[in-house]
Amino acid sequence: MRVNFTVNGRPQEADDVWEGESLLYVLRERLGLPGSKNACEQGECGSCTVRLDGVPVCSCLVAAGQAEGREVVTVEGLADYAKQRSCGDSGSCGTTPDEAGSRQAEGTDSQTGEGGELSPVQQAFIDAGAVQCGFCTPGLLVAADEMLERNPSPSDADIREALSGNLCRCTGYEKIMDAVRLAAARQSEGV
Amino acid sequence: MDFLRPASWEEALAAKAEHPTAVPIAGGTDVMVEINFDHRRPEYLLDLNRVGDLYEWEVGEDTVRLGASVPYTRIMENLRAELPGLALASHTVASPQIRNRGGVGGNLGTASPAGDAHPALLAAGADVEVESAARGTRLVPIDAFYTGVKRNALEPDELIRAVHIKKADGPQQYSKVGTRNAMVIAVCAFGLALHPATRTVRTGIGSAAPTPVRAKAAEEFLNAALEEGGFWDNGKIVTPSVAKRFAELCSGACNPIDDVRGTASYRRHAVGVMARRTLTWTWESYRGTRRATEGAA
Repeated sequence: MRVNFTVNGRPQEADDVWEGESLLYVLRERLGLPGSKNACEQGECGSCTVRLDGVPVCSCLVAAGQAEGREVVTVEGLADYAKQRSCGDSGSCGTTPDEAGSRQAEGTDSQTGEGGELSPVQQAFIDAGAVQCGFCTPGLLVAADEMLERNPSPSDADIREALSGNLCRCTGYEKIMDAVRLAAARQSEGV
Repeated sequence: MDFLRPASWEEALAAKAEHPTAVPIAGGTDVMVEINFDHRRPEYLLDLNRVGDLYEWEVGEDTVRLGASVPYTRIMENLRAELPGLALASHTVASPQIRNRGGVGGNLGTASPAGDAHPALLAAGADVEVESAARGTRLVPIDAFYTGVKRNALEPDELIRAVHIKKADGPQQYSKVGTRNAMVIAVCAFGLALHPATRTVRTGIGSAAPTPVRAKAAEEFLNAALEEGGFWDNGKIVTPSVAKRFAELCSGACNPIDDVRGTASYRRHAVGVMARRTLTWTWESYRGTRRATEGAA
């Protein structure tokens, strides 16, 4: 079957999708967006976390057909998404419809993501040393970014709960906590 | 495999009538796991995400009519006052990502003895609204809904539309045993609701029998003991011997198995502990509200 949906602000069309296929598979294997990671395939690890109509979900548990007509944000689109959000808040940096339409689903480089701008939460993960092997990082970034959007000054308990569905097997949770605290602090300072 | 995408409840019922083997999928948190692991290859997937009614709830006089697909996150955020037991249970479901997708309809459809919502529904009292194109709507009492391990009272052409849950008329509690706070399938779970209006207590046990069950002998014992001692009126603390006997009877209502998550004897023991604790918590809360009411009067 064919699935039409929006990924990182850009309309996408996936063909020959198997009816039992997950949204994660479509993103990774059909749209060339390998940022969302495939690990447990049962919703235990959170490494495939994306936003579906704004809501964080495990993309491995969304049937591709359920994404029809909906909006998905992956880690590749996080920087743009965060930028648009902060512009929307201040109303200062108007994006023209042309610019918005030309945003690339793949970011700057679809395979490596290198050369692209980073969202504040991504920068905080780097600065705090929260990335070890990096496999859990995309899911954590999407989950953490969504929490900071909802809750700009989270307590440690809020952070732990928001990230409770994301496993890091390097067990670098303390640095991850540091990173989210850092992102929250920078956000409140308007940096 | 075919992917059926009904745009309305009527279309969904028609599709289920035409293809009784179709597997309904809403949050996908059970169904997609089975497909991803090749444990299930349904001929038809019946996507309910476009049926908007299923995501709505109505708070009525005595009950809340909760749409089958209302995510656990919404229940936690919006129905804590009306359905405190279910809100607590919802908060123990997996992780935020899963709670954003999964709902009570899926828990009922899967009918796993470990489903987190079941003990809360049993304790509060509920009816499951199911419907078929051919025979219309029927309400299945929650006690009659679970018929076996991962089996329920649904006919092949029926879909779960909503659950009618009694609004809390007294304190409710929910307790669950697992190895950590998140991402845990219950080793066992326990729900308790005090119903001061009828001077009754209801229970629900999860993951300690082939189906979710009530501890009916324990309820009857406690109802009689509370009545006899005038506890509902005098607001005294529940006698430790009464709490102990209640806990033993709740353990006795279990019919557990040994599995990777725990042994049968541990489950029996833990259900007893949770029964005693939840009784203490809810009764303390009842005494508190009683004192507050008397103080105001």
